[in-house]
Amino acid sequence: MPLARSIKHIGHRTINAVWRVGMSTRFFVLILLNSGLSFRRFQLTVKELFFTGVMSLIIILVAGLFVGVVLGLQGYETLKSYGSESALGTLVALSLVRELGPVLAALLFASRAGSAMTAEIGLMKATEQIAAMEMMAVNPIARVVAPRFWAGVISMPILAAMFSAIGVFGGYLVGVVFIGVDEGSFWSQMQGAVDFKHDILNGVLKSFVFGVAVTVIALFEGFDAPPTAEGVSGATTRTVVQSSVVVLLLDVVLTAIMFRGV
Amino acid sequence: MERTTLDLWVGAFVVGGIVALAILAFKVGNLSSYNVSESYRLKASFTNIGGLKPTASVRSAGVLIGRVTEIKLNPEHYEAEVTMSIDKRYQFPKDTLISILTSGLLGEQYIGLKPGAEDEMLKNGEMIKQSRSAVVLEDLISQVVANKAEGVK
Repeated sequence: MPLARSIKHIGHRTINAVWRVGMSTRFFVLILLNSGLSFRRFQLTVKELFFTGVMSLIIILVAGLFVGVVLGLQGYETLKSYGSESALGTLVALSLVRELGPVLAALLFASRAGSAMTAEIGLMKATEQIAAMEMMAVNPIARVVAPRFWAGVISMPILAAMFSAIGVFGGYLVGVVFIGVDEGSFWSQMQGAVDFKHDILNGVLKSFVFGVAVTVIALFEGFDAPPTAEGVSGATTRTVVQSSVVVLLLDVVLTAIMFRGV
Repeated sequence: MERTTLDLWVGAFVVGGIVALAILAFKVGNLSSYNVSESYRLKASFTNIGGLKPTASVRSAGVLIGRVTEIKLNPEHYEAEVTMSIDKRYQFPKDTLISILTSGLLGEQYIGLKPGAEDEMLKNGEMIKQSRSAVVLEDLISQVVANKAEGVK
């Protein structure tokens, strides 16, 4: 019966999906419970901060600059037809601080650092390093996973803030330096429209939530990966795909909560 | 990698993040215009506030001197009651005229204060007596249309 088989297939996939959500939530709680070591021996976290944060800097800064430049060009094209080119600063700053900064930085972070985390932990598992740690009574979650988690959570808001700042600079470069929008109105309209609490702090909060989501997915996929070459490669792909979808989904939810147009 | 170089890079990274946030707060955002100096509150009621919103600016002679903190409808005589917080350095006479203005043709609405001539100054929480409501474009257009129609007869 092909019908029964396809229904079975759907059922299997649903159960599997629910199982993974439940397991990753338990994994998240386990990380939180075992994160004492990553603060007591902060050097462990610092080392991971270097690999997840500092090594992601170049791609974040370059991407941020380009996004800002494109926003400047496109925004100018559109605003020109309403005769309000001076609102360019507002457009660039608000779209970066509220949306593009946190979201694009999180997507880049997922593909740059998240995939690396998954591959690293998956390979540690495949080469039985994790099992060896357990043999020596070292808790692998506390020693390996939690420092990576906190490094990701700390570096994500920093990267998003840098993305937004350099993006605004890109918009300034294109709008004021090349096109010739008035510099005074560019900055003053921007400052008039961007509110510190409502826009900037909400953007930071968003990037923090994205940081938690991306690192938990990456670490769970790595920890859960079948210990084969194929398994690790599949887990790495799933990390990037799932964390991108989850980031965009969370963005919808957070935006709906934060900016209801009140 | 050696521990000190690692520390150096991570330290630079965190400092860079804080600098980026500071740039966002002061250069992009409005944290620099948040009043560190003390402020006092003034109230005013309008028959129509148009599109005025909380956090809209309060200006006198074009200079930013405060922000709108609260807008609510007075349930007794159905007028909009606007509360503003004004920088304490600027005091206004009792007969100050308060009006809702628009920056540009379709721009944001803000509050303008035009000081009167009286010697006594407004105190904290006091109501400004003279107010001029927002100009609602639709009302203006319908007035013009009505005048034209009368002219045809």
